[in-house]
Amino acid sequence: MIEATLKELSVQLANKDVSAVELATAYLARIDALNPALNALVTLDRERTLAAAAAADARRAAGDAHALTGVPLVHKDIFCQQGWKTGCGSKMLDNFVSPYSAHVVERCDAAGMVTLGRANMDEFAMGSSNENSFHGAVKNPWDTAAIPGGSSGGSAAAVAARLAPVATGTDTGGSIRQPASHCGITGIKPTYGVVSRFGMVAYASSLDQGGPLAQTAEDCALMLNVMAGFDKRDSTSVERAAEDYTRELDKPLAGLKVGLPREYFAEGLAPDVARVIEGAVAELKAQGAEVVEVSLPNTQLSIPAYYVIAPAEASANLSRFDGVRYGYRAPEYKDLVEMYEKTRAQGFGEEVKRRIMVGTYVLSHGYYDAYYLKAQKIRRLIANDFKAAFERCDVILGPVAPTAAFNIGEKSGDPVQMYLSDIYTLSVNLAGLPGMSVPAGFADNGRPIGLQIIGNYFSEAKMLNVAHRFQCATDWHRRAPAL
Amino acid sequence: MKWEVVIGLEVHVQLNTASKIFSGSSTAFGAEPNTQASVVELAFPGVLPVLNRAVVDKAIRLGLALNATINKKNVFARKNYFYPDLPKGYQISQMDLPIVGPGTLTILVGEEEKVIRVTRAHMEEDAGKSLHEDFQGMTGIDLNRAGTPLLEVVSEPDMRSAEEAVAYARALHTLVTWLGICDGNMQEGSFRVDANVSVRPFGQAEFGTRREIKNLNSFRFLEQAIKYEIQWQIDTLEDGGRIEQATVLFDPDSGETRMMRSKEDAHDYRYFPDPDLLPVVLSDDDIARVAATMPELPGQMKARFVAEYGVSAYDAALLTTSLAHAEYFEQVARATGQGKLAANWINGELAARLNREGLELAACPIDAPRLAGLVVRVADGTLSNKLAKQVFDALWVDALSADEVIERDGLKQVSDVGAIEKMVEEAIAANPKAVEEFRAGKEKALNALAGQVMKASKGKANPAQVQDILRQKLA
Repeated sequence: MIEATLKELSVQLANKDVSAVELATAYLARIDALNPALNALVTLDRERTLAAAAAADARRAAGDAHALTGVPLVHKDIFCQQGWKTGCGSKMLDNFVSPYSAHVVERCDAAGMVTLGRANMDEFAMGSSNENSFHGAVKNPWDTAAIPGGSSGGSAAAVAARLAPVATGTDTGGSIRQPASHCGITGIKPTYGVVSRFGMVAYASSLDQGGPLAQTAEDCALMLNVMAGFDKRDSTSVERAAEDYTRELDKPLAGLKVGLPREYFAEGLAPDVARVIEGAVAELKAQGAEVVEVSLPNTQLSIPAYYVIAPAEASANLSRFDGVRYGYRAPEYKDLVEMYEKTRAQGFGEEVKRRIMVGTYVLSHGYYDAYYLKAQKIRRLIANDFKAAFERCDVILGPVAPTAAFNIGEKSGDPVQMYLSDIYTLSVNLAGLPGMSVPAGFADNGRPIGLQIIGNYFSEAKMLNVAHRFQCATDWHRRAPAL
Repeated sequence: MKWEVVIGLEVHVQLNTASKIFSGSSTAFGAEPNTQASVVELAFPGVLPVLNRAVVDKAIRLGLALNATINKKNVFARKNYFYPDLPKGYQISQMDLPIVGPGTLTILVGEEEKVIRVTRAHMEEDAGKSLHEDFQGMTGIDLNRAGTPLLEVVSEPDMRSAEEAVAYARALHTLVTWLGICDGNMQEGSFRVDANVSVRPFGQAEFGTRREIKNLNSFRFLEQAIKYEIQWQIDTLEDGGRIEQATVLFDPDSGETRMMRSKEDAHDYRYFPDPDLLPVVLSDDDIARVAATMPELPGQMKARFVAEYGVSAYDAALLTTSLAHAEYFEQVARATGQGKLAANWINGELAARLNREGLELAACPIDAPRLAGLVVRVADGTLSNKLAKQVFDALWVDALSADEVIERDGLKQVSDVGAIEKMVEEAIAANPKAVEEFRAGKEKALNALAGQVMKASKGKANPAQVQDILRQKLA
């Protein structure tokens, strides 16, 4: 049961082979057993979980159930959830219980899904390793010496360790795809605007996008059906007809044009990652896909552009954490300015402070044009690169990260090295495109490696189709860590 | 040395929408602290702004009235600074691309018209309030006002005296209330003025260094503050000092301005486009839809009053200081067919009385139909000016019509020739000395005789007729 996919659980619940309460109880027991070693979840509320499960069973009994009613999940600790502590991986919000729920949470609640707990994350979603959490690092279930990736590291580790069949996450520069890759699971970041940001604690508003992490592409499609949709409370939410993301899953791949950006297979890509990606491409070719080489010439510039734009937005987004109305406030101060300074100095971690300072700097008088405006120009160039590439192919394939998961502590002293590992994911956010990670093999050291699929705007159904067909022919996504 | 004064104004106009600019919270004034602040105004984690389109329409309305450019693409930006009554740590405002571009506003200085250029007007949210009293040395924060929509209207430095600045502020105040986009209540902060003031030697092309007087919430304070500031700057320069760019506050108790912060302390607001809000893109239809609802504007109405009712340009200007005044006038003028007389009464007796009693026209005890009843009786000769004033006073206190007052108090002017002749003859008989003096060429003596007649008639005799008949009888 614990190994089951979302889809399988949905069928078991519908057939009354299992109840929501039984499922929740089983998962909670597994969390109790495994989470202390993994640190994937930071908040549990057994009573609430079981009450939600009982309500789901009642709904099933009453016959007005959604396909996912009674299916358990975990929410990344960035989504506000009424009555739950919404800590965002930060000391700043460690005492914050949200009075309202995010759109994503509302949607999951409305479907009757059962929240098992809240997933650990890099503080305010800033990080690629989940080492930047007030609650401590998350361990990779495949190898507890390794990072799970970040910032949705708790979500990815929870799904990989089968602490939950599915988790919500957010992706600002790779935060769904990279941990999914490092943990051997499937995750999708939709087109910017597909999933409402209402109630998602903002890191970099023009880049943040919510999405699911699950075992399979099919599960991701089912979850996206719940999470996606127009929300008038988010002005950047895109108003378009609801779609069924499972509709193209089984479509044969014959005639599909896949683009391989030459810049993604250049210097810096670890040989074992290259081998895995080549193997995945070969599989798709075997299914009838046609491979074309494409070019994304400004890929290198995505790192500096991202590390200007995201911190700039973050520096303003995080100004509200001032100790005045909620959250942490320094215990001692002599005046207002000192209250601000001490609250923020004590409440934020190092990486968050670093990005606030970078962001403040690049927006400052006299530097704005040279940094922020320049970065916005690069952003347009990057979007144009993709536009040109998609004239020649249907989807783009490549690695998610240059290497498999590195060790905890390996890069934490060198932020620039850490930033460089985001090279294949950042440009997707800068362009606002959808991207996903699909398990495709293992590194020489046994750690999982994901294949990245990048689609054109609103082509999630097609990407999920490619991923699903790939998963029909492979079993990488079925492999689970020995725990 | 002779100094020239240069003034530009920035006015914060609070828009009278029912809900806030970026949330559905109510904007009503005076509620218990923090009862009209939702999670959006409180800047809870994860909340997002959603633009209230009514704010955009009201901004377009002002733009059209100022003959200004409406920017079809305008952008909200974040203005970053820390203050406890600014919960997000940034104010959502507009910087590089405001909704309203260059326009003009015509003001009346004395009897002269002057065109003041308006640089721009942009939409923004108001901050909350910091309450420094009543909290034993601590500061209270009330966020009811946070998120209230504002239009910041910025003028060019086109004003050359405190009087011109006040005239501009008044004209803008008239316009925004006329357009129905602002309640105009200055005490409640619905219309707040910042004045940028500098002086330069006459003939010098470059502007002097300016100081900005913040947050003036009455026309009187605006005038006092600017006058004080002008004198202070001139005195400083004439004493060999220099003006440093600064922001100052006006203290109504002392009548002085005092430094709030110098240029060195000026904030770096780090403006950048707000990624939570899409650019506001307006179509021709969006603008046309608002244009179709525009009322006749003060300038247009002024010209029409001159042409249609024959009132002077000056009277027409006074009658169009508010929509209420204009509507009141037009009701009286239409009911009586006496535009000039109606204007005289409204700008004269009525204005003086309202001013004396400290009342707004809206609270005037004499409504337009009742004043019209009075004006009709003046026009048809039933009432002399003197009697008319008596009736006016009665109308002020009693809920009667002019005719009812005339009837009740027997105030009908006596224009019956026979009756007047009789009283004239009695006066001539009783005052031989005055008669003699008049016949000897002393013109004043006639007034004494006329006075006797008026007295005898208890003031009701038609004074012009009395004069005429006296002259006939004494000829």
